[in-house]
Amino acid sequence: MSKLGTLGARLHRGEIGYDFVGKRKIWYGVSILITITAILGLTVRGLNMGIEFQGGAVFTTEKTSVSVSQAEEYAEEASGHDAIVQKLGNGGLRIQIAGTDTGRSDQIKEELAGDLKVDAEKINAELVGPSWGDQIANKAWQGLAIFMVLVVIYLAIAFEWRMALAALVALIHDITITVGIYALVGFEVTPGTVIGLLTILGYSLYDTVVVFDSLKEQAKDLTKQTRWTYSEVADRSINGTLVRSINTTVVALLPVAGLLFIGGGVLGAGMLNDISLSLFVGLAAGAYSSIFIATPLVADLKEREPQMKALKKRVLAKRAAAAAKGDSLEGPAVDEPYDDDEPQDATPAVVGPRGTRTQPSSRGRGRGRPSGKRR
Amino acid sequence: MAAPKKGRNQGAQGRPGRTLALFLIAIVALAGGMFASGHTTPRLGIDLAGGTSITLAAKEEPGQKNAINPTNMKTAVGIMERRVNGLGVSEAEVQTQGDRNIIVNIPKGTNSKQAREQVGTTAKLFFRPVLTTEVSGPAPSASPSPSASSSASPGTDKDGDKATSTPSGSTTPSATATSQGRAVTDALKADPTPSPTDSASASSSPSPSGSADEAAGKLQAEYAALDCTKEADRARAGEGAQPGDTTVACGQNSQGQWQKYILGPAEVAGTDIDEAQAVFDTQGAAGWKVTMKFTDAGAKKFADITGKLAKNQSPQNQFAIVLDNEVVSDPFVNQALTGGNAEISGSFDQQEAQDLANMLKYGALPLSFEEASVTTVTAALGGEQLEAGLIAGAIGLALVIIYLVVYYRGLSFVAIVSLLASAIMTYSIMSLLGPTIGFALNLPAVCGAIVAIGITADSFIVFFERIRDEIREGRTLGPAVQRGWPRARRTILVSDFVSFLAAAVLFIVTVGKVQGFAFTLGLTTLLDVVVVFLFTKPLMTILARKRFFTEGHRWSGLDPKRLGAKPPLRRTRRVSAPVDTKEA
Repeated sequence: MSKLGTLGARLHRGEIGYDFVGKRKIWYGVSILITITAILGLTVRGLNMGIEFQGGAVFTTEKTSVSVSQAEEYAEEASGHDAIVQKLGNGGLRIQIAGTDTGRSDQIKEELAGDLKVDAEKINAELVGPSWGDQIANKAWQGLAIFMVLVVIYLAIAFEWRMALAALVALIHDITITVGIYALVGFEVTPGTVIGLLTILGYSLYDTVVVFDSLKEQAKDLTKQTRWTYSEVADRSINGTLVRSINTTVVALLPVAGLLFIGGGVLGAGMLNDISLSLFVGLAAGAYSSIFIATPLVADLKEREPQMKALKKRVLAKRAAAAAKGDSLEGPAVDEPYDDDEPQDATPAVVGPRGTRTQPSSRGRGRGRPSGKRR
Repeated sequence: MAAPKKGRNQGAQGRPGRTLALFLIAIVALAGGMFASGHTTPRLGIDLAGGTSITLAAKEEPGQKNAINPTNMKTAVGIMERRVNGLGVSEAEVQTQGDRNIIVNIPKGTNSKQAREQVGTTAKLFFRPVLTTEVSGPAPSASPSPSASSSASPGTDKDGDKATSTPSGSTTPSATATSQGRAVTDALKADPTPSPTDSASASSSPSPSGSADEAAGKLQAEYAALDCTKEADRARAGEGAQPGDTTVACGQNSQGQWQKYILGPAEVAGTDIDEAQAVFDTQGAAGWKVTMKFTDAGAKKFADITGKLAKNQSPQNQFAIVLDNEVVSDPFVNQALTGGNAEISGSFDQQEAQDLANMLKYGALPLSFEEASVTTVTAALGGEQLEAGLIAGAIGLALVIIYLVVYYRGLSFVAIVSLLASAIMTYSIMSLLGPTIGFALNLPAVCGAIVAIGITADSFIVFFERIRDEIREGRTLGPAVQRGWPRARRTILVSDFVSFLAAAVLFIVTVGKVQGFAFTLGLTTLLDVVVVFLFTKPLMTILARKRFFTEGHRWSGLDPKRLGAKPPLRRTRRVSAPVDTKEA
């Protein structure tokens, strides 16, 4: 682990680092591929909605000695769908099976009667409506839409619109992948799945915001120096928080992995499996997209700004000049990271603008050139 | 988010012990409260613990053919769902079964009698003018009917001494607008204004204009025969009456006596109510009551009818508030009430008042139901699922702890103790919320709590990494904690705000399980902030003074050499302002 410890230190100093922004096209490609697969899976296989959403058939039996889990197996065999089995107060069973119409229900009834060793006449079959009806679903969509609008507004104010946009793209990316994988695996969608998706939605945004917070901090006063372009700073910022990202992801994924592989894997399918799968995929996608998608996307958008273009030109010009002078660019540049601008920050002149929390871009307009000269 | 003032920060820095002590007292109080209340486990949802299943069958009512149709059944399911699961946290499930049955599943530990009343009550409310009333039966009834009526005073502008509150809450459009709205229109078309006869003595026969003599005679006979002290009579009174009909009804007056009434056609209906709220009357000593706020149309109708009634003589200046064919209140009117508010007071206790307010708010059921069967059901997920989940979760947690110990060494103590504090708080609050607001924990919520571990741990990780970064810059531990905290704090607040925003929006807008999820998310997010601010930070500050940590013991997780710290004197400028809490 001490290697990991020094890794953190070297990442911090910028001695090592992965070129996240530079290699972004590869990762965009990977993401687009996965997303297309997910969408294909979704359109081809479709989502298998559970009884809670579409209703189905309910079979009520008389007193029987068959256990709940056994009955569940029988019911799933007979129908090919997930079944909800409950034992009633009188010792009978209530078996609910999704997506079953009247014709099919008679057949299942016969099979169940054989499996459970009860008289088919004594099984009462009826259709049940959804417990998660349209009303609940519509309200949920409405809530999500309002939340999305508010969160974009909030991020645009707390950060900037580019980051809000990137966070939204990352969020859609995560949700699409999770839903797509769900469709591909063919698990039935239960209320648990939906809750799992909502949890991911929260986590994906949370993780992106943590990464953006560090990016914002690093990119402060960016236009006052000529060492680094925005993309390079974005890279530094990701590498600087990489240890945190890895640790958080590990800590969040370990218990869910436990649920998925130990709980679900050993004990077979069940609601636990449904939820932990959506959580596992979603958490992993959320952590991945914050680093590989959201931040490079912000850098892409930022580099289109005139100030950032000018900055890039200045940085490149300065490097060319330094190279011409025969200075090794490596030496000072790496030893003195971008942090070196910090003393500047302590001068009273900058204290004012900091209070108003203006973005570096707008501040750069006035102050970029003098500091550029200073260097 | 902004950089803190130096003074405040140092103040907090100076008394980490006190903050810590206060926090520990709060935790002990919470846990103690949990043990004292006797609810030491959270209430589990129906998927984990099973519960009671109530089957309600729709009743065929005279004069309403084809009322039992899929649309009405769906509406009824929606209304019942909201009545029994108003906050979305009680995990009750409502669904149709067959053509005319509705099953309501409520988790174990819920007051099933109350739930049955909540879902089964039709809650059709009408304001009808009183045509005739008299005390019924020989003696005051001792029947403890909850819907007893005492003098109720409607309106804001009539009685100064009545506390009239304008309820504020969610405006829930009544889902029964179609069926009842039509009924009211019909009633109005039929010119429902009772034409008061000049001789308005209590015994005289009321003669509503336009009604056939035959019908009036029948009603009169029904009225004469009605003995409200008999329960069978009460149940029969006014059965099947349409809103536009003149009808008979029973009710209990403030002395507990049963009174019988002949009531005119309904003037204002429950669908005209916008909001309803249970409030405690502190001034009038009437106890719990339900205040209602009408919709604009309802307020106008109410003002019209009260204006007309006020011109009449007793008892025809009274109107009756009729709930499911029983008069719950029969206030006098002196003038037109234009405030758009009304209230029902009676001998309610808090629960009854709240239930009634809920029913009025969420609307009346389009159909009447009777209980067909009540049975217990076992957990939908076998016990082994929960057990497997718990074992797997425990293994996962153990792995988390091992990872933290290996990576953060001494610092992991802070993380683990903080996680523990957070776990105790979450557990006790969830246990306490079971009996208070009916909070029930289902399997998705348990999984959500497990993910919450990750988010809570992230707060510590962000903080630790900040501290370590500062040490790498060459600072000693004390200043490193001081400088690292404001930066970590901002990150924690910004990101937790996003989670909290999601929770708040979803809780306000959605219903059912999504609302329940939003509640859990909001709770865990708030607890995360509380734990980090009031526990982790002070604990870290105290530990930062211990030699084990300051000297960078190799097991402290803060060994400068291991972290690859730069020599402290890299630049003199830097050293001069080590405790500056700026963000950059």
